[in-house]
Amino acid sequence: MSEHPHDQPHLSAADLDPLAGPGERLEIERIRERLAGESGERFWRSLDEVADTSAFQEFMRKEFPRQAAPLEGSLDRRGFLKLLGASMALAGLSACARPPSPHEQIVPYVRSPEQMVTGRPLHYATALLDGGYAEGIIAESHQGRPTHVDGNPDHPASLGAAAPTTSAAVLSLYDPDRTQGITEGGVARTWEELFDTIQSALEASGDGTGVRLLTETVTSPTFAALLRQLLAEYPEARWHQWDPLHGDSAWAGARAAFDDDVVAVYDFTAADVVVSFDADFTNRGPGRLRFAKDFSRRRRIRSADDDMNRLWMAETTPTPTGSIADHRIALAPADVAALAAWLAGELGVDGAPTAQLPARVDPAWAQALVDDLQAHEGRSVVIAGHDQSAAVHALAHALNVTLGNVGETVRYIASPEAVPGSHAASVAALAEEMHAGAVSFLVIIGSNPAYSAPGDVSFAEAMRRVPLCVHMGQTLDETGALATWHVPQTHALETWGDARAHDGSVTIMQPLFSPFYGGRSELELLSAMLGDGVATAYTIIRDAWRDQVEGAFDAFWQRALHRGVVEGTQAPERDVSLRTLDVQLPVGSDLVLHIVPDHALQDGRHANNGWLQELPRPFTTMTWDNVAMLAPVTAEALGVTSQDLLVVTTGGASVTLPVWVQPGQAPGVITSTLGFGRRAAGRVGNGVGVDLYPLVPSVGQRVRSATAERTRGRYRLATTQIHHSLEGTGDRRYIVRAGTMAELRAEPEHPTFVHPVVHPPSDILPNWEYTSYQWGMVVDMTVCTGCQACVVACQSENNIPIVGKEQVLIGREMHWIRVDQYYRGSVDDPTFYNMPMTCMHCEQAPCEPVCPVAATVHDHEGLNVMVYNRCVGTRYCSNNCPYKVRRFNYLQYAELSGNATELSLASNPDVTVRSRGVMEKCTYCIQRISSARVQANNEGRLIADGEVVVACQSACPTEAIVFGDLSDAESLVSRTKRSVLDYALLEELNTKPRTTYLARVNNPHEALAAETRQG
Amino acid sequence: MAVRTGRPLIETNRVMAPGQTPGGIDDVVNTPVLAGPQRTPLWWWIGFSISGALLLLYLVSIVQLITVGTGIFGNNSPVMWAMPIINFVWWIGIGHAGTLISAALLLFRQPWRTSINRFAEAMTVFAVVCAGLYPILHLGRPWVFYWLLPYPNTHGLFPNFRSPLDWDLFAISAYASVSVLFWYIGLIPDLATLRDKAKSRFQKLLYGTMSLGWTGSARAWTRYMRAYLLLAALSFPLVLSVHSTIAMDFAVSQLPGWNNTIMPPYFVAGAVFAGFAMVLILGIPLRRVFGFEKLITMRHLDNAAKLLLATGMIVVYGYFIELFLAWYSGVEFEVFMAYNRLFGDYGWAFWLLILCNFVAIQPLWFRKVRQTPWALFVISIIVSIGMWLERFVIIVVSLTRDFLPSSWGNYTPTFWDWSLFAGSFGLFFTLFFLFIRLLPAIATAEMKELAHHDAHHGSDPFEEIRPRYYGEERA
Repeated sequence: MSEHPHDQPHLSAADLDPLAGPGERLEIERIRERLAGESGERFWRSLDEVADTSAFQEFMRKEFPRQAAPLEGSLDRRGFLKLLGASMALAGLSACARPPSPHEQIVPYVRSPEQMVTGRPLHYATALLDGGYAEGIIAESHQGRPTHVDGNPDHPASLGAAAPTTSAAVLSLYDPDRTQGITEGGVARTWEELFDTIQSALEASGDGTGVRLLTETVTSPTFAALLRQLLAEYPEARWHQWDPLHGDSAWAGARAAFDDDVVAVYDFTAADVVVSFDADFTNRGPGRLRFAKDFSRRRRIRSADDDMNRLWMAETTPTPTGSIADHRIALAPADVAALAAWLAGELGVDGAPTAQLPARVDPAWAQALVDDLQAHEGRSVVIAGHDQSAAVHALAHALNVTLGNVGETVRYIASPEAVPGSHAASVAALAEEMHAGAVSFLVIIGSNPAYSAPGDVSFAEAMRRVPLCVHMGQTLDETGALATWHVPQTHALETWGDARAHDGSVTIMQPLFSPFYGGRSELELLSAMLGDGVATAYTIIRDAWRDQVEGAFDAFWQRALHRGVVEGTQAPERDVSLRTLDVQLPVGSDLVLHIVPDHALQDGRHANNGWLQELPRPFTTMTWDNVAMLAPVTAEALGVTSQDLLVVTTGGASVTLPVWVQPGQAPGVITSTLGFGRRAAGRVGNGVGVDLYPLVPSVGQRVRSATAERTRGRYRLATTQIHHSLEGTGDRRYIVRAGTMAELRAEPEHPTFVHPVVHPPSDILPNWEYTSYQWGMVVDMTVCTGCQACVVACQSENNIPIVGKEQVLIGREMHWIRVDQYYRGSVDDPTFYNMPMTCMHCEQAPCEPVCPVAATVHDHEGLNVMVYNRCVGTRYCSNNCPYKVRRFNYLQYAELSGNATELSLASNPDVTVRSRGVMEKCTYCIQRISSARVQANNEGRLIADGEVVVACQSACPTEAIVFGDLSDAESLVSRTKRSVLDYALLEELNTKPRTTYLARVNNPHEALAAETRQG
Repeated sequence: MAVRTGRPLIETNRVMAPGQTPGGIDDVVNTPVLAGPQRTPLWWWIGFSISGALLLLYLVSIVQLITVGTGIFGNNSPVMWAMPIINFVWWIGIGHAGTLISAALLLFRQPWRTSINRFAEAMTVFAVVCAGLYPILHLGRPWVFYWLLPYPNTHGLFPNFRSPLDWDLFAISAYASVSVLFWYIGLIPDLATLRDKAKSRFQKLLYGTMSLGWTGSARAWTRYMRAYLLLAALSFPLVLSVHSTIAMDFAVSQLPGWNNTIMPPYFVAGAVFAGFAMVLILGIPLRRVFGFEKLITMRHLDNAAKLLLATGMIVVYGYFIELFLAWYSGVEFEVFMAYNRLFGDYGWAFWLLILCNFVAIQPLWFRKVRQTPWALFVISIIVSIGMWLERFVIIVVSLTRDFLPSSWGNYTPTFWDWSLFAGSFGLFFTLFFLFIRLLPAIATAEMKELAHHDAHHGSDPFEEIRPRYYGEERA
């Protein structure tokens, strides 16, 4: 390798043969050998730890330099908040602008008080949309102000779970960068003026010639009905759809397999074996939260008697789902397809394309997979990922049919989408017409194609050729800026609507308050296009449903709103017949660029949400940036290491991305994420990261042959866990404890992997006698996927501020709960371990005796409480905390009354907003405990088990967190703690944490068990 | 008085050069103090201006700290304590030598203390001022620092006496009060001398007020000597207790690298080590510019250097024992702490520390080095740097790597960390320059007593053997 890396010759894909021999700077091979020599007990956190050679240490020990004086940057980041104060008065006015009509009634979910009780929140069932599909939520409202969102346990797509984006919705709701009025070229206009403009444009078009509509995925029956009505009235008008994350290949795959617009609904509770071809089914796609709930219910291991499913995962980039897989292999996208085809061939799928087993796949591994599927016919699920080609989807469908899973674990229903189809083709067709000048009047609702359309359709360019373009969106985004008219769109929490879930169930969405920044519903816009400019979303929805309901409408309405789902709307099962497959497998390349959505920002629509920008992404713990993720061997071949800059070129376009070397990434693949590099997201999201849409093709998968070249310079990446040399950290820390079902069954009473060393308690003083509740928590590491949903839920519930990239770089992030990441095994295919960490509420808390002002003390219910008022900020407590879960307000991170913006309205009024100079940490959601205690005391009873649900527990899609009263021997948490898998972290310190962990259990196939132990 | 140049130095190993008279001591020590402002030497103005500028930097840093927050420093999670605490321990360590010299050596009847005790005590008081401000400034909310005090309040709250930080508060405030008292009482006869010789009204008022009506009667002297001895007896244990208490800030915690029973004695030895280094750093230029060579003699330098060597070796023993115990404990976390201290990201700090505190003091085994002022001065500065590094290694390096690898993090100081540190030098030297201008830097009353003894009784019981020991002829 060259002395001056930036001088090195252009590196093509052909240079990247990992077998070409060890590089001079990197000696991945030696690490691999070292790991091979380990007993298999060893955990490691980063590549560096296992690196023992001086060359590798030199390679990896490039710490990111921390610049002095973080202040300026951080103040800049925070500075915007101060600027927002000025817009406060205006916002207040606009909030008053449209008082709710007296006849619009919304119905509380939990209780129906005759009038609001001051200080007591109300809860409403409604839904948020993810990719157009409804995910049921329970929104909490304090005095008419939505503050928190939980999943709706009654909703089939949620079952109570919440994704990071779900919990973050309240912050987006109050986003001061949302637009507050209709504008034409920046000039304020009225609704009536817009109405007249639309009507005259439609009139001019006659039968709709040149009229085009662009929406995102539509599942709303009412919206779809209005659209169809519009298209019927203007037969020459066309409706296009563009959602960059739409499952185009899932649609095409179903077409290829069944020649029908069907979608699969999986029942993971009935599946013993799950084979995932790059499907992060617990985090992406319709039904993700439901699938997470169902899947984890088959992995709730408490004793050797419990049964466990088995997940086989072949994926390109580490995903939360893959992190808990029993067998995981990192494969390039084309290899995933080849594996799917090979498997289909082995299992006798008709017309399966012939494929060789990819070189990375051990034949024994593949054979075990075949055996496992054959042994579980009708009790398995094969699922293909969103980034996989239609061929893999078709193969997955065919495998499910062949294995007899259809009707057992897989159910097919008609697609809940109003018009199923390929969005990429749809937007490309629209852009072509626009370029040709055939579009005279374009209405864009919600979608942001000027930013998110594939680079090769040049949508922004095309928009300049459209004389009249009405854009409806929540912010004046990239598309809004190019449109003639902009109409502020209402947030899902402030308008009426309806939408279908992944299984077809409809939710009638109710607003929690009148539109905060003004704004109009898309239903109102469509209605205006149909000539009715006065109809409100409420009347439109109500009228639409009145026509469909037989019997007492008001009773139906009450019930539907109350439950958050309309009964009986679940789609019926559809018979499918498998065609003989005729699919083309994608062709791989030695180096490909693989573009996936960001875990938090998704397609970029959440870019202005600070909670999501600062959310540590799974495994990388990256915040505020996207990266080029490389496997260690690929990094070695390219001669780069984390935080180097890499120029990635594909299809004539190129981007410069910081490198992140990720164990478990497929070799020969550069993975990077969408959603960054926004130009008009707002003050938080603008210019964060790099925009990859220019590299997205409009045809085919987002996997493209690419070249990459190191370029001059380094880039500081703000991760919340630093990655540095760890050699010699010792193998006897016993932080993560993990074993297999076989090991558990071999030692059902005292599994050695749970308690490798016995630490007898050594107390001088007697324990405190508790006379009331004793709160405690258990975290089940077997099901924790590290999806970070708990982090955002906690942030929303507990008013946790964001601090900005500069402060994260220094190590001052404020999250009360974090997910620690550990690895075991080889750097190429490691096993991932996720360990949520929050205050342990130690019975003998080291923080308590060292505080000179008694600001952190133990309460009578066993909580380690933090008295903010009393804290003077010595920070000794944090130094003495072995778990380092305490967070200090080094600067004024939270908004105080002096500098409050609209965002402060998202604050939970039951939780103190902390000022600078005080320590804070997890309280076990003490406000929820208090509220339950008050309620119970009023009713003269004890708090029942399950009555207090803490925020992280509530959100967790896999129910990995159990909380409750330990003094009640029959509470769920007490019973869970009696599991043989229960252990206390750092128990040798005798801190007696109230939060304990259930050791991670995996269920490897018998034929591969020995190999798995070897790692 | 300008720096004397070209005049042959009369170096001696006696406590004071032979032939000193009370009048002569007055001439050397008190006359410059009483000189009018126009006769203030240039070097004083230069030194005072630089110190004043640094003091301004200190004040600017404090204003920035109070208005913006503790976040101006480089502290983070896990390194919640960093430079302010390092500097605090460093200054308080320096503040040890003065009281040790005054009190301990007085109790042990070491007459050589007399020449250096005054400025060493002043150094102590000023260093404690610099040190004492740090823990307050380091608080997240410095304006409520008094909540650490057990004062009656309407909150119904009391400090937590289990916390070493509270012990700290009492240890430092007790030490500061006793040190000031001890220093001031020692000053009274000298202030009376100055009062008697004062010419300007300002001097008369200043020294007249401060000398508290001292008459110099035999009765006053009797009472005075008794009080002085009692205070010495009172402050001697404080010398040991204050740094032991500060060591407990660390020893009481359970952090690997902090949680060591050896910490208190090891910190005390380190403090004496640092303190004597500072005495030499201040004393060597002082005797030169004031021409105190006859009063602060080679004997003083030699003794201070021996103490430096002795305490330095105790400290080095401490380093060794810490590492040994880490290995011997067999505790994974302790073993890794030791490993990380030596070979981790901040391993350079440890090896530099060994260089400064172990290697650099080895020349002191040689009398020639001990009696070469410039060499002592250089070694003392190296030792001061080494002691700062020692606190860096203990405080910061231990915090960067504790139990859970997931929460590890590194630390980099910011501009404000350094500005506050540089500013504290401004505070120290501003006070010190005022001290040497306005007060006698040498305890003249005690020196006169010694001169009297010398002249009439012979002061040195080892007068016969000392020249042979030092290999020199009697002067």
